[in-house]
Amino acid sequence: MFKTLLESGVTVAVTINGTPFAAPAGCTAAAAMLLVNALPTRTTPVTGAPRAPYCMMGVCFDCLAEIDGVPNQQACLITVADGMRIDHQSGKPTIKI
Amino acid sequence: MSTAFDFLIVGAGPAGLAAAATASALGIRTAVVDEQPAPGGQIYRGIESVAAKRPAHLVVLGPDYAAGLDLVKQFRAGKAEYLPDTSVWQIDGERNVFIRANGRTARIAAKQILIAAGAMERPVPIPGWTLPGVMTCGAAQTLLKSTGAVPDGRFVLAGSGPLLLLLAAQLVRVGIKPAAILETRPNYFPALRHLPGFLKSPSYLQKGISLLAELRNAGVAIKSAANLRIGGDDRVREIQYDWHGKTQREAVDLVLLHQGIVPNANLAWSLRCENQWDDLQRCFRPRLDEWGNTSVAGVQIAGDNGGIVGAQASAYSGQLAALGAACALGKISAAERDRLATPLRKRLNAHLRARPFLDALYRPAQETVAPREPETIVCRCEEISAGEIRRIVTEQQCPGPNQMKSFTRCGMGPCQGRLCGLTVVELIAESRGVPVSEVGYYRIRSPIRPVTVGELARLEG
Amino acid sequence: MSSYDSIVIGGGLVGSSVAYGLARRGLKVALLDEGDVAFRASRGNFGLVWVQSKGLGVPEYQNWSRQSSVLWDDFAQELRQETGVDTQHEHKGGIHVCITEKDFAERKKYMEQMHLEAGETRFEYEMLDQKALKSAVPEIGPEVAGASFTPYDGAANPLYLLRSLHATFLKRGGKYFPQSKVAAIKAMPHDFTVTAGGATFNAPKLVLAAGLGNKALGPLVGLNVPVDPVRGQIFVTERVKPVLSMLTIWVRQMAEGSIMIGESREDAGYNDVTTPEVQQEVAARAVTMFPFLKDVRIVRHWAALRVMSPDGLPIYEQSATCPGAFVATCHSGVTLAAAHALRYAGFVADGVLPAEVARFTNKRFDVQNAA
Repeated sequence: MFKTLLESGVTVAVTINGTPFAAPAGCTAAAAMLLVNALPTRTTPVTGAPRAPYCMMGVCFDCLAEIDGVPNQQACLITVADGMRIDHQSGKPTIKI
Repeated sequence: MSTAFDFLIVGAGPAGLAAAATASALGIRTAVVDEQPAPGGQIYRGIESVAAKRPAHLVVLGPDYAAGLDLVKQFRAGKAEYLPDTSVWQIDGERNVFIRANGRTARIAAKQILIAAGAMERPVPIPGWTLPGVMTCGAAQTLLKSTGAVPDGRFVLAGSGPLLLLLAAQLVRVGIKPAAILETRPNYFPALRHLPGFLKSPSYLQKGISLLAELRNAGVAIKSAANLRIGGDDRVREIQYDWHGKTQREAVDLVLLHQGIVPNANLAWSLRCENQWDDLQRCFRPRLDEWGNTSVAGVQIAGDNGGIVGAQASAYSGQLAALGAACALGKISAAERDRLATPLRKRLNAHLRARPFLDALYRPAQETVAPREPETIVCRCEEISAGEIRRIVTEQQCPGPNQMKSFTRCGMGPCQGRLCGLTVVELIAESRGVPVSEVGYYRIRSPIRPVTVGELARLEG
Repeated sequence: MSSYDSIVIGGGLVGSSVAYGLARRGLKVALLDEGDVAFRASRGNFGLVWVQSKGLGVPEYQNWSRQSSVLWDDFAQELRQETGVDTQHEHKGGIHVCITEKDFAERKKYMEQMHLEAGETRFEYEMLDQKALKSAVPEIGPEVAGASFTPYDGAANPLYLLRSLHATFLKRGGKYFPQSKVAAIKAMPHDFTVTAGGATFNAPKLVLAAGLGNKALGPLVGLNVPVDPVRGQIFVTERVKPVLSMLTIWVRQMAEGSIMIGESREDAGYNDVTTPEVQQEVAARAVTMFPFLKDVRIVRHWAALRVMSPDGLPIYEQSATCPGAFVATCHSGVTLAAAHALRYAGFVADGVLPAEVARFTNKRFDVQNAA
């Protein structure tokens, strides 16, 4: 759905839904998901409807994803880091007691 | 990090950066808090990185973007303290600013606060707009600016406003062409009476003409479209629209929507700043005096957060607010403040002369702000439709958005009404047959940005 | 001017419950409500149908609350059948958490006393010590000393209750007038003319259910309603999968998954803003009770003003100088909603407040003042 114009450049090793991806350094977790076309990036807690990032600036909350095991993170406000796990979020998150 | 400042600025966009430069040059202890990792706000997003690592994109993104570089450099060279990756989630009645960074919360005391939190895209509630693969034009620009990423596949831009043309041109310059620009009709006739003012203001007309020419030369189709509907299953698959009286259906991989921008003012509303309905811009804006003072003592607003004025006007607005703050803090006299303000106000007004024409030309249509199709989702978070909202008004005489929120949960999701608020008030106004100014807006409460229960419990300071 | 069998002033939980009850009895009712932005205690309610902490020293209040909680089961069904709105009523008992050993010891005494006072009505309860509590509620924090449990407690969704009451009121022919703050009342025995929102209404019965507004309205119909605001602050979190095993007084999980956390009691006048100190206290207590909450995100924090009488009990009274004028006020609008709809409305319709609610007349304040 999106592709990067940057031919070379520093990349950061992340996994998206378990699959490794060399994300451009400095990009957000949401951008990384769009670059590998991992749509939908979540399903809603209300009806399970498919969603993906919409605004890319932190106001729509549609980019909620599980980042390093923590759910309900706004992926468009999180910069990728080495080893980051970016995962699809299904409906309501489960709380670990 | 200090826990007290004289002047605390929320937002590192043009208004915030300009205010910081002016204030710190006058010797005021200033801090700028921003949730992004680098300065520039939305309009100058990623500018330092672009300038350092891919300067060719400065040309692609255009001179209005590149102009931000000086502002950012000036800010970096100045004495204002900069707190990036930091969100402001609350401001209390004593001008304590509550921030969150790295999973920790803290409180900063400020004598004077400037909210320069900028704008966001007006929501574009059309059937199918919640599908994956439907995004705002601003989102696409952000991806280009911050990541050098561009649409891959067949895509259209749809809506109205100068940003549509600008984005299309930026993409064309890097060899990416939209399948079409589907333009919902600008309002030529009502805009005409504002034309003289527009023509007298710096270069806006020339920019518009040259963008259109660039797009025409690149062979980008610009179609006058109506009744947009997006279709798909687990993602967008097609867009349907009426063109020349006939319904068209096109397969697409991505749809980029835009219907102008509006103030992102939840922080101001949480402080109960008095607001007023701007019927031309079709949004609520805070009541401000000429120095950006709100109805709340010690709190100012500058830039697009006070009503859309554009990037260059935002910078002047920020500087004027800083002068106002400097006087309020006793750093300069009123006479000195006025003297320094005079040339800035002149330049600001020159830019503001273009607004009435642009606002009238691109004033969103009634069906854009109050969707007709009942199944159109209005509240994305709680998945409440336009039909349900209209029904609650007619069947239960719901007078306003707060009662609507109580009855349907509309506006109770994490976005706190940012993407549904304007639509809800327009639907209620239309269903009741009254002006939006009579309907009012949601009561907005903190936290303006999410904090965890644990972070609240461990509040420092 | 329009004529009705009864006018109800106040469209919150109390007003709409009573109005619905009157319409249910076949009366033609006008329900007058303020605008979209007003104090509206109903929008700040935690939603408990709480019984175990009601009426220490005042068995009439315990009985009234208990009765309401029993009536609630059918009440919720009725509302759902008539309006399609699910008030999400649950009635499986609840616990009052005691953080420290001292709290636990005090609560034990409290519950023993409630049991004694109940006499034949019977007040069944259980004290859960730390071990028992952990067994019943595995997610409870390790520092929590214990809790008291009764089977009588329950909860509902206060906003859906309000919506449902409004809907069923309209369905039964009730007339609703929003943005109609009362401008004037001309009161005579069994003859009331109210001017509100630019219109005039007349009826032989009038019910004041305007929350804090009753204080100013009362004297217009010969009623003394000494109510004052007591602020409470509540948070609500993002939606999460079901995690709370039991209903508790300060933390509850709603049907859609979000968790409500409260509460505070503050003397802050008519100021319904939230405050950082209370935020921190309430959050800290919640984390002590349920450590898992520390990583759950708060979506909203609000404050509302409870309608509080000097002794915390409801005020039910019929005006002596203007019979036909009634007042109903309390700070437990959800708990008492069933009693208000299915019993109090009946008293108003019949024109007599029975001995059962005599304890709640405002004459008790005269005694207090005289003493």
